[in-house]
Amino acid sequence: MVQLTLPKGSEVKKGKTWPKPEGAKKTRTFKIYRYDPEGGGNPTWDTYQVDLERCGPMVLDALLFIKNEIDSTLAFRRSCREGICGSCSMNIGGRNTIACTSGIDEYNGTITIAPLPHQPVVKDLIPDLTQFYAQHAEMKPYLITDSPTPEKEWRQSIEDREKLDGLYECIMCASCSTACPSYWWNGDKYMGPAALLHAYRWIVDSRDEATGERLDDLEDPFKLYRCHTIMNCAQVCPKGLNPAEAIASIKGLMVERQS
Amino acid sequence: MTNFRTPKRQVRGLGSAKSGVHHFITQRVSALALIILVPLFCWGLAAHNVSDYDSARAWFGSATGAIVTLIALTAAFYHMRLGLQTVIEDYIEKPATKMALLVLNTLLAAGLWLATLYSVLKLAA
Repeated sequence: MVQLTLPKGSEVKKGKTWPKPEGAKKTRTFKIYRYDPEGGGNPTWDTYQVDLERCGPMVLDALLFIKNEIDSTLAFRRSCREGICGSCSMNIGGRNTIACTSGIDEYNGTITIAPLPHQPVVKDLIPDLTQFYAQHAEMKPYLITDSPTPEKEWRQSIEDREKLDGLYECIMCASCSTACPSYWWNGDKYMGPAALLHAYRWIVDSRDEATGERLDDLEDPFKLYRCHTIMNCAQVCPKGLNPAEAIASIKGLMVERQS
Repeated sequence: MTNFRTPKRQVRGLGSAKSGVHHFITQRVSALALIILVPLFCWGLAAHNVSDYDSARAWFGSATGAIVTLIALTAAFYHMRLGLQTVIEDYIEKPATKMALLVLNTLLAAGLWLATLYSVLKLAA
């Protein structure tokens, strides 16, 4: 059931305010969620001052500045720093996105950073996305065919290939799924926007021969129909994709095969 | 608490119920119907100045009035049942509570529909 009160020990308390870096003239304040499960205490909001003259322009640069120059215990994921790996997804300024493509100057005042909402927290800004990845794997994100494999490639018309645009670009950052209230309340049964976008990417692929089976697996009040098209997923997607539209297309195919 | 189930086991759960599309279609069809029926029902009340028992009897007792009322309220209660079902499924997790509320929701919609049917037929009699 929807939890209106926070579970015990999860209320975020006021944390440490770190001093301004020495000699810094132009600074920006970052309020960052800190949680260490081994510490045993509640999570806290720690406050840092980042020296903008010694830091790159992106929020990820600021996090790296904090980790390198102020507090090496801050934990977060990052890898490609160019919006293709999806590792540095987090909630910045109240909105899920990826830190590497978010400019510091896109935000006003203090920038608040928290882990992706409604997921177990491993440490600080690192959520446990085990279930999210399992849901993706459950969508069988690969070509399924019965026909004999051709000597060369499986061929596809230009028009059919274009149907995959806006779907294949997903970087699995989980911003969409963790921005979805249906996923918050029923994430154990609802597959979530990211997994369903991937499902549709294979359902609509002209080379795939398991369309019916894929639809069979999704025809469920919870796996698919918890989506009420509130569009949070499309609003936050850092790649500009529209999972809600993909889900609506799956629902459309469900209707189509009834008549 | 660790439950020792693999992530795949948890995600697969009880598998696909192979349903939901009927609910999806009927919810939308009833919604579309109500776009026409609700204004029509309201127009009926306003145009025939339904303000007391006699005027109500005159309108609901007429063939047009009775049919418009029954169709509009049938669609409304049916749509209400489908919508509340979604709300209950969204927000109530405990299986027994959810099941009880879903049954109650159906009985409520059926009860309101029967009351409407009885009222209109009584007025039309």
